[in-house]
Amino acid sequence: MALALLEALNLHVRYGGISAVKGISFAVEENEIVCLIGANGAGKTSTLKALARMIPSSGEIHYRTERIEAVPSHDLIGRGLALVPEGRGIFARLTVAENLAMGAYHRRDATGIADDVERVFALLPRLKERKAQVAGTLSGGEQQMLAIGRALMGRPKLLLLDEPSMGLAPLMVEKVFEVIRAVAAEGMTILLVEQNARLALEVCSRGYVMESGLITLADNSAALLADSRVRAAYLGE
Amino acid sequence: MMNMAMREKLGLALIAVALVALPFVLASAGTAWVRITNFAVLFVLLSLGLNIVVGFAGLLDLGYVAFYAVGAYVYALLASPHFGLHLPFWVILPLGAAVACLAGVILGAPTLRLRGDYLAIVTLGFGEIVRIFMNNLSAPVNLTNGPKGISRIDSFQIGPVNFAGSDTFAGLVFSGPIKYYYLLMLVLLAVIVVNRRLQDSRIGRAWVAIREDEIAAKASGINTRNIKLLAFAMGASFGGIAGGMFAAIQGFVSPESFVLNESIMVLAMVVLGGMGNIWGVIAGAMLLSFVPELLRYTVEPAQRALFGKLLVDPEVLRMLVFGAALVLTMRFRPAGLWPETRHRREMNENRA
Repeated sequence: MALALLEALNLHVRYGGISAVKGISFAVEENEIVCLIGANGAGKTSTLKALARMIPSSGEIHYRTERIEAVPSHDLIGRGLALVPEGRGIFARLTVAENLAMGAYHRRDATGIADDVERVFALLPRLKERKAQVAGTLSGGEQQMLAIGRALMGRPKLLLLDEPSMGLAPLMVEKVFEVIRAVAAEGMTILLVEQNARLALEVCSRGYVMESGLITLADNSAALLADSRVRAAYLGE
Repeated sequence: MMNMAMREKLGLALIAVALVALPFVLASAGTAWVRITNFAVLFVLLSLGLNIVVGFAGLLDLGYVAFYAVGAYVYALLASPHFGLHLPFWVILPLGAAVACLAGVILGAPTLRLRGDYLAIVTLGFGEIVRIFMNNLSAPVNLTNGPKGISRIDSFQIGPVNFAGSDTFAGLVFSGPIKYYYLLMLVLLAVIVVNRRLQDSRIGRAWVAIREDEIAAKASGINTRNIKLLAFAMGASFGGIAGGMFAAIQGFVSPESFVLNESIMVLAMVVLGGMGNIWGVIAGAMLLSFVPELLRYTVEPAQRALFGKLLVDPEVLRMLVFGAALVLTMRFRPAGLWPETRHRREMNENRA
């Protein structure tokens, strides 16, 4: 087995007295697209926030060759770990172009940044049309694309995507997932957290199912899509 | 035909000439007006400092006057007979700014996790703590002279020129307030330049990002803790400088000058003018400084002429006008009289 790009061992997240994540372990290998599916409140977002060091947690988090539990969240983008937060988290009052520039905040290579802006615009042509527009006036789907584009501006190795389909019209969800596929096709490693299990499993090679803070199932996507428990609980069959 | 750049330069030159001539015009109406203008400029300095914290970084600070107090007391203690120290102002002003900056960090460090209302409450408490300290630090060691305050504070002295007295130069009489006016203008110019530089810098962009979405800011690699602390420290330093100048101009400081009302007043200037926009903040500060004075000089004589006696005290009317001005601004121009484009954008979004 190849060395995992990201590996969590016995990860716990607690909010006061409540345990949101109760000791889970999983791994994401390089160039893999892995999803974490489960119902509302299963602990998926808490897991992702812990990986991005936005909230405290216990347990080990291995990323590339180091442990990152003690690394502050703002240093992770420089190490190639980018989070696209839940609820899009764009800078609503900045323009599209300014939002993308913020994604490269930690970088100093002006020409490289300009190249990456063009790459993002090539991937997301809708953003190019609207680059001078204020991000808050974009549609939900466009905002989600902008959030992904901004994360790409940091030239990440690993993309953590938190509920990209949340609150979007079905047509927009399709478009956002097309973008995720396109990003994946370029060789990006992605950990995707999603409530929309079918869509998630369709783009991912492997998946973990979370329930009440624990991973209850782990398999490749085809097997999970065929699993009767998954079909009953998450695919509405 | 003139192009925009030319026109802008000409406009700035005209404003500069007007500002240079202004104190002499004011002095012809009475030196009091020069003094009033000086205090208005002090409030502009304070508002610009608070604008960094509230307007740029979006952190609501209700105890800003504490830094003004720190700057004023540093100056008062080091240039008055209280301790018998008489250091020159160019030593004390930077020192006052540094001490205020430190106070900003001391306030900032433990409150960084707080947002919105909670931050406002803690900063409000901090402002009161500083004032009460000034009030009570007269025993066992008499540090601040308590509520009696510190008097006979040195005025500025540059070479042979003392800012307390009058000098005649090229046939023009430069009274103390006029000299302070020019000095204040220089400081104001420096503060405006620093503010504009900050706004357009990486730091300025990071402040905007934090104001918008803290998690996204962190995910973009912004060290939100340090950047917020920097906002507190920078804002506090400007407050400290304004405080030092206040002490010298006034010649007297006491805790009474640094009550909560002053913090609210400065905040009102920032909000009324337009959070985040330097020119809006300056306009707001000027407006709220001058209107009460104008009222003082017009309301009383008008009432005496009309009714033969004073019915409404100008002081009372002042609060009424303030309240009405703020209500009207919030109703018709919710982002302030002269808002920053980003704030305006957001307000328009919310309406749409």
